[in-house]
Amino acid sequence: MAIPSYATRGERLWHYVFLGLCALVFLFLVGPLLIIIPLSFNAQPYFTFSQEMLTFDPAGYSLRWYEDFFTSRAWLGAIKNSFIIGIASTILATVLGTIAALGLSSRHMPARGVIMALLISPMIVPLIISAAAMFFFFSKVNLAQTYLGVILAHTALGIPFVVITVTATLSSFDTTLIRAAHSLGANPTRTFFKVVLPLVTPGVVSGALFAFITSFDEVVVVLFIAGPGQRTMPIQMWSGIREQISPTILAVATLLVLLSMLLLTTLELLRRRGERLRGLTPG
Amino acid sequence: MKKREVISRKGRLGSAIAVAGVTTIGLAATVQAQETLNIVSWGGAYSMSQQKAYHEPWTEMNGGEIVNIDRSGNALAGLRAQFQAGNVTWDLVDMLPSDAMIACAEGLLEPLDHDELLADAPDGTPPSEDFVDGALGECFVASIVYSNIVAFNTEMFPEDNQPSTIADVFDLENFPGKRTLLRKPINNLEWALVADGVAPEDVYDVLESEEGIQRAFAKLDTIKDEVIWWEEGAQPPQLLADKEVAFGSAYNGRIFDAMVSENQPFEIIWDAQVFELDGWVVPTGKLDKVKDYLYFATDTQRLADQAKYISYGPARKSSAEFVSTHAETGIEMEEHMPTYGPNFATAIPKDDEFWADYNDELTQRFDAWLAQ
Amino acid sequence: MSESPPAPLTTADGVPLKVSLRRAVRRSKVKAFLLVSPLLLFLVVAFVMPIFDMLWRSVDNPEVSTQLSRTVAALEGWDGESLPDEPAFAALVEDLREGQAARNLGLLSSRLNYEKSGMRSTITRTARSAHAIEPPYREALIEINATWGELDTWKLIRREASPYTPSYYLAAVDRQLTPDGELVKVPPHLEIHVSLFWRTFWMSAVITGMTLLLGYPVAFLLANLPLRHSNLLMILVLLPFWTSLLVRTTTWIAILQSQGVLNDMMVAIGVIADEARWQMIHNKTGTIIAMTHILLPFMILPLYSVMKTIPPSYMRAARSLGGRPFLSFRRVYFPLTIPGIAAGGILVFILSIGYYITPALVGGQSGRFITNNIAYHMQTSLNWGLAAAIASILLFVVVVFYLVFNRLVGVDKVKLG
Repeated sequence: MAIPSYATRGERLWHYVFLGLCALVFLFLVGPLLIIIPLSFNAQPYFTFSQEMLTFDPAGYSLRWYEDFFTSRAWLGAIKNSFIIGIASTILATVLGTIAALGLSSRHMPARGVIMALLISPMIVPLIISAAAMFFFFSKVNLAQTYLGVILAHTALGIPFVVITVTATLSSFDTTLIRAAHSLGANPTRTFFKVVLPLVTPGVVSGALFAFITSFDEVVVVLFIAGPGQRTMPIQMWSGIREQISPTILAVATLLVLLSMLLLTTLELLRRRGERLRGLTPG
Repeated sequence: MKKREVISRKGRLGSAIAVAGVTTIGLAATVQAQETLNIVSWGGAYSMSQQKAYHEPWTEMNGGEIVNIDRSGNALAGLRAQFQAGNVTWDLVDMLPSDAMIACAEGLLEPLDHDELLADAPDGTPPSEDFVDGALGECFVASIVYSNIVAFNTEMFPEDNQPSTIADVFDLENFPGKRTLLRKPINNLEWALVADGVAPEDVYDVLESEEGIQRAFAKLDTIKDEVIWWEEGAQPPQLLADKEVAFGSAYNGRIFDAMVSENQPFEIIWDAQVFELDGWVVPTGKLDKVKDYLYFATDTQRLADQAKYISYGPARKSSAEFVSTHAETGIEMEEHMPTYGPNFATAIPKDDEFWADYNDELTQRFDAWLAQ
Repeated sequence: MSESPPAPLTTADGVPLKVSLRRAVRRSKVKAFLLVSPLLLFLVVAFVMPIFDMLWRSVDNPEVSTQLSRTVAALEGWDGESLPDEPAFAALVEDLREGQAARNLGLLSSRLNYEKSGMRSTITRTARSAHAIEPPYREALIEINATWGELDTWKLIRREASPYTPSYYLAAVDRQLTPDGELVKVPPHLEIHVSLFWRTFWMSAVITGMTLLLGYPVAFLLANLPLRHSNLLMILVLLPFWTSLLVRTTTWIAILQSQGVLNDMMVAIGVIADEARWQMIHNKTGTIIAMTHILLPFMILPLYSVMKTIPPSYMRAARSLGGRPFLSFRRVYFPLTIPGIAAGGILVFILSIGYYITPALVGGQSGRFITNNIAYHMQTSLNWGLAAAIASILLFVVVVFYLVFNRLVGVDKVKLG
């Protein structure tokens, strides 16, 4: 955003003030996430920087909270549960959501608006309401306190993300490509695998990532409908925070920040790949 | 710079519980063999004492596995949900008699024939005579007597001016500083009245009337601005240790644990302690599975053994003479028990029936009062 | 001789083209619908039915009509002017005896205790001694517990005999029915829900305003930078968006608490004294700061996508026509971004009023939301009817805003990332 050559001095000044303000907002957005990373290496059980840490004395740093985390049966069990539930619900949500998105992107889809609004609603309805409702209903049908119950609940919560991302990909999908493939002699199966799938995959994968992170980060529904056997990472964190933040939680938090960086990078690469394949060039 | 001291409690207890407690994870689904007992309790130092005094000797003798589930705080909700779901995974639950009364009335619990199911005292006294008053309910058998007390950090007050009565907790002038109290009307209303001059034995009579309730809230008003409200049992010892508060209401066992295991400079105000019982209930349909364990875990020796690890009094009279010294530090346990003579002089027995009737309304009123 | 009309266009197999087209359209309609139907079916079972079950539970009132069925029948035709006659008391004894034997009076006594404190012990005590009660029952029952001699007790039983009740909704808005069926406010010392609702809405509005204030300049910057740079900065917006909610809440606790990073810094540089550390958490401030941070990306993204569509030439045109910078901004640019503000604002507001985790962890006493109350009634007080009623009211508000959002923006226009 260059300053136009005709800008007055006042405008120039304002321009820099504006950039400064934006920098502060960015700091507000990312700073808190970065601050916990060094804190998680604190050798002392404090939640703030110790004197040794500030003077970069190696004695002030340690990996003890990570050791705590990786040797705790409670945390490891919680990770395992989070992955089981996350992966299962992601697969379900992605399969159901992608098939539905194929229908939704058809020009002839009846009652599209209403159905779309319904499919997105799990994202909009407050989690505590979904959780309470599912608790009542799942209890009646013997799904409460089971893996299956939690997986189905998380599938419902992940579906909007899959539907949104996949329909968005499909709407920018150029259908003449299919006709081109046909005219060049490809049969429908071959067309699907060689033309449609590569173009749609980035959308599907990013939808799946959204669904996974939704499940992986979800507390409220698990809190209400899971039994002690389905204790997940967020639940473990939740009960830890409610009692007292031990630095182990900061270590977990750091690992989760790294995980989200990883996911975000994957997503960004997918987006670029998708644009390239569709012939859009990033600026 | 004040520093938080979390490690010792978290570290030691944490690892103990991790080993003992949360073996649930991953196992529950697969190894649900007969020898696994899912026992619901309160977690923390309390579960540890059960682990040492009951679970470990039991599994040593009989094999199998005992899974600790820290859900007693929401035991009633959990039981209801499991019964609604038709999938009861809890085999034995440690809960308060007031909750047990409600759960029993809803048919969630097995009625217990105490003399048939429980062990006699060593001298042959049947359980119905050996347990203290109120310890045996229709579906309930108490294991401990515990107490809600207010404790303080002795370093927060000059040596010649240490608090000693519940009225001191409400005396901001002579004993300034923050207080932390349970975010519920229970105990607080009782203490407010006693601090306002009501005799401990008359507390519930006064609370039956609107004027009495107003009087209690008016007394609480005088310290409201200085109160940090806690919700988890681990918070008050933590806040006291951090000197974020001068006084804190707590379960006496937690304070004892911090005093002896971490050498925290805490002292308990036994004046107007609100004591109650806590013990076992059996979810409907689970009696056969837990019968033997229940017999074992409520006998005279086991209840006495538990007192080695935590300062809760045994619910059997015959256990008293077997109570000895603290397992780790060797200090004499007797004077740390809620039931010890001098501690017990002004004790208030919690009126379960009163709270069963008025808890809903008073909690709402309490919340509204907090929001003012 | 009349000329025959021109033969309609047909496809190769002789079917009129119009018909054939219509068929094709119908076929693809059916095909599209079939593709969507598995998901639709799944969501109906796993999401929509639970919601309706909850709505039903907020008015469901089976306790009195099933547990005290004889008593209810005996009260039919009772004038309500004086205590009912002996048969009603006899029926009550019978009902309680049966309930005691089946050990299922718990829910009934809880239900009546919601309406009248003290009913729980009244029923439990009476049921316990019901087997030994001798006629005349009226005197015997009043002897056991004076509550049975109160007219209001019987009016209450008669009123709650209906299989549906408005009581939970009334309680959720701090209202109640008197024994005579009059609608009144609860006494002031019991009022709690209405103020919690207002606080939730008010604080959500503040949070929405804060996200707009912070998000607008950033979105403007992102929309006007070359794509290469803005993509990089966009990652800074998306990173918090992708980070666990609990992690973000945890960091704010670590930063804001009285022994936290910010206070330590302030003390270290001498801005505040060690004893006078700022209380920034476990109150409204904590909730607003943490939730502004958490919801900020939801404001920036819709704003950005709207601003992206505004050609920069508009501003240049305004300037060249003599508009001063702020005037051109206010008269030309700002109005064009209003759809983005509406979309982001509604989105943030909807998400905010439904938040539970963050207010519960950093809200303390004054920063609680109505959602905390739902959780309390779900897990602690176990008054599930009241929890369902409060949740239903909140759901209604959310759905209204959602429909407005759908109308203004269209859910299918929502983009992620």
